[in-house]
Amino acid sequence: MDTLRDIGGRPHAQGLPCKAFVLLLWAPPSISFADWELNMPVGVTEISESVYSLHMTIFWICVVIALIVFGIMFWSIFHHRKSKGAKPAEFHESTTVEIIWTIIPLLILVGMAVPATATLRQMYDTSEAEVDIQITGYQWKWRYQYLNEEIDFFSNLSTPKEQIQNQAEKTDTYLLEVDNPLVLPVGKKVRFLLTSNDVIHSWWIPDFAVKKDAIPGFINEAWTKIDKPGTYRGQCAELCGKDHGFMPIVVVAMNDNDYSAWVAQQQAAKQAKAASAEKEWTLAELMTKGEQVYNTACAACHQANGMGIPGAFPALKGSVMATQDKAAHINIVLNGKAGTAMAAYGGQFDAVDLAAVITYERNAWGNDTKEMVTPQEIKQARGQ
Amino acid sequence: MNDMTQPELMHGHHGPAQGITRWLYTTNHKDIGTLYLWFSFAMFLIGGCMALVIRSELFQPGLQLVQPEFFNQMTTMHGLIMVFGAVMPAFVGLANWMIPLMVGAPDMALPRMNNLGFWILPFAFAMLLSTLLMEGGGPNFGWTFYAPLSTTYAPPSVTFFIFSVHMMGISSIMGAINVIATILNMRAPGMTMMKMPLFVWTWLITAFLLIAVMPVLAGVITMMLMDIHFGTSFFDAGGGGDPVLFQHLFWFFGHPEVYIMILPAFGIISHIVPTFSRKRLFGYASMVYATASIALLSFVVWAHHMFTVGLPLAGELFFMYSTMLIAVPTGVKVFNWVSTMFRGAISFETPMLFAIGFIVLFTIGGFSGLMLAISPADFQYHDTYFVVAHFHYVLVPGAVFSIIAGAYYWLPKWTGHMYNERLGQWHFWLSMIGVNLTFFPMHFIGLAGMPRRIPDYALQFADFNMIASIGGFMFGFSQLLFLYIVIKCIKGGEKAEAKPWEGAEGLEWQVASPAPYHTFAQPPRID
Repeated sequence: MDTLRDIGGRPHAQGLPCKAFVLLLWAPPSISFADWELNMPVGVTEISESVYSLHMTIFWICVVIALIVFGIMFWSIFHHRKSKGAKPAEFHESTTVEIIWTIIPLLILVGMAVPATATLRQMYDTSEAEVDIQITGYQWKWRYQYLNEEIDFFSNLSTPKEQIQNQAEKTDTYLLEVDNPLVLPVGKKVRFLLTSNDVIHSWWIPDFAVKKDAIPGFINEAWTKIDKPGTYRGQCAELCGKDHGFMPIVVVAMNDNDYSAWVAQQQAAKQAKAASAEKEWTLAELMTKGEQVYNTACAACHQANGMGIPGAFPALKGSVMATQDKAAHINIVLNGKAGTAMAAYGGQFDAVDLAAVITYERNAWGNDTKEMVTPQEIKQARGQ
Repeated sequence: MNDMTQPELMHGHHGPAQGITRWLYTTNHKDIGTLYLWFSFAMFLIGGCMALVIRSELFQPGLQLVQPEFFNQMTTMHGLIMVFGAVMPAFVGLANWMIPLMVGAPDMALPRMNNLGFWILPFAFAMLLSTLLMEGGGPNFGWTFYAPLSTTYAPPSVTFFIFSVHMMGISSIMGAINVIATILNMRAPGMTMMKMPLFVWTWLITAFLLIAVMPVLAGVITMMLMDIHFGTSFFDAGGGGDPVLFQHLFWFFGHPEVYIMILPAFGIISHIVPTFSRKRLFGYASMVYATASIALLSFVVWAHHMFTVGLPLAGELFFMYSTMLIAVPTGVKVFNWVSTMFRGAISFETPMLFAIGFIVLFTIGGFSGLMLAISPADFQYHDTYFVVAHFHYVLVPGAVFSIIAGAYYWLPKWTGHMYNERLGQWHFWLSMIGVNLTFFPMHFIGLAGMPRRIPDYALQFADFNMIASIGGFMFGFSQLLFLYIVIKCIKGGEKAEAKPWEGAEGLEWQVASPAPYHTFAQPPRID
């Protein structure tokens, strides 16, 4: 794996005039300005560089127009004030001037539209990709499926709760770190196929200038071609419910050899996991595994203590579902409940994880049914 | 006193009823205008308190005060209340007070509907606010309430939200019909369309926008209601619908809606700048045409709010070009205001200060709007604090400053007293500094990558968030000074003349200050 670059070290244009301009306006003398991000990252793709240059072009156009308009205005404010004995002029229209200040902005806009159109056309060209990745948004995590390599995993926020609740010191990657980052090769065109399992999410990595909505029932396309190995961070950009602020995106870009090794390792791990479904599990083993799964997939709504959030998400602790009818419990976890936020998890986890989490829910927080749900039962319920 | 008001003095006109019934049953445009203005100020304070909850939570990284689910309710309610409860009713209040006075009409054309239009609002907002106390909490899906977050995944209170938005829509449509009927039918003899004051013109155009798009909003929330309760699938792909359809419908309403909140502001500024520059407005006709062009263009730019939903390339290009075009008529307006000031004899009373603040800061909001129009760059700006900075620049130092400027400008006419000029200047400078401290840093954190609508953020955004929060409190508390100034002005102060501003023009300055309960029983003649 390549060096993990921290957020402050993202490639930014150095010594931007805009930065200096802003410094003049704001500069509190005692504060070091080096860490204060002021501008869009230049990024690490051809597209992100084009986007950055469009951004700076339109920015400077605005600055020049502002200087002219506000210059004239403040000149009038200082020189044509009544307290200085100014006498108002009589003029109140001029067709020539009005035509001029309609035409000139129009020409500037045309000049701006040309490069913008070119960049946009490039962004929309998703053809001839070498790697295809399906990205699915879930409340509140991302799923990455490598369509050709048969790799499939979820990516969850890995910042500990203690940091969020101010009980532990926050690290540099606070809220921008995940358990399983998306791993991509550098120098290859990667196509993203975006969709969602529940509400609309939006997948965004500023360094790639890729932001595309993940919409349930539809597939959007985007692409990138990363120039430099490194770790790139972003966040979900579309309000998607309670934990919208807590589903970051981390991409680790590797050179070709590292990437191939990573792919091989993932595929081996997958086979090992499939084999474990056949073994005999004990209640204690399932409980331990179940707690892990519960905390990544269920705790956001039903809460770590199983109490839910009244009116929004039902409690599992002492509920009829989790203490009595086992078949119904398996059914709702596998298939979800239509018309509610309860998603179908049958397609998200393998039989071991599902068996473990249901077992956990039936025995944790004093639910104590002493009942075990085995991977085999899950397979039966799925009709496998 | 001008001779135009003589007839009603001689006929011994009746004054307002006494007590609460004056306000409940009133059909008087001035009373209803006052009701709207007070209502909107109350909503401004309530929505402002929600903004301060948001800014307090964002003062530092980590969750301190509120949980994410409540944070989302605050952002949602703040937006809804400010848009539908503060800004829109304030403009309707100003329209009620000033349009009849400006066109020389005795009242609005449909006074009873006027009463109903106002009295719907307190109930609509009481219901909306009550959702915060319901099980599952209030609306938490953003003021843009995108499906399916606002349908399948919404809290049960969403049904109350839908009902209250319906009521607001009905109120707005009634207000708009009234404005159009008044302006088209009740102008004083001789006041041709191209002699109408610009506040009247901009409101006429705004009213047509309202009538065109409020039914679309009503339609889209009804479709939500059907999806939630009656098994339809307008916005659910599982049943053949499309979540993006929601956004198309919403923004077909939503974009004209943002111009509904700014066109009357253009009108107010076009009165104040000439008055205090002591010079006629530059380019009256082009102001009218620019306003009309902006209104027409507002119907064909809606998808620039949706550049990342996966529009086809042709759609993306169309909406980028059409949005960029809006810069042209908007620019014309700014150039006209500056040209009005150029070689005038300017003085800087509070209304003028707020008007100048408006021109500068609204233009900055316009510039960031132009940047957002560039579709490829918008992929980086979209749904970040850059957008939050942009629309707050056009709405707070834009729409809200214009309302405050208008209030100071017409307070002498409404109350018969001059407000305290020194306090007014304090109010301006505190607001000006507060608003920039709050919203300018948001440009930076947005560009640096902070998404909007998040209750907690990564560490590199911390410093600017802290500055924004301090600015937010400064701006918020400065508005209490405004309340004090207005109450003080109502209770007393230097007597205002019929025309308290040397450079003011228009029929409203020909009636006494305070404006008598009934004015223009006999229409004035315009030459």
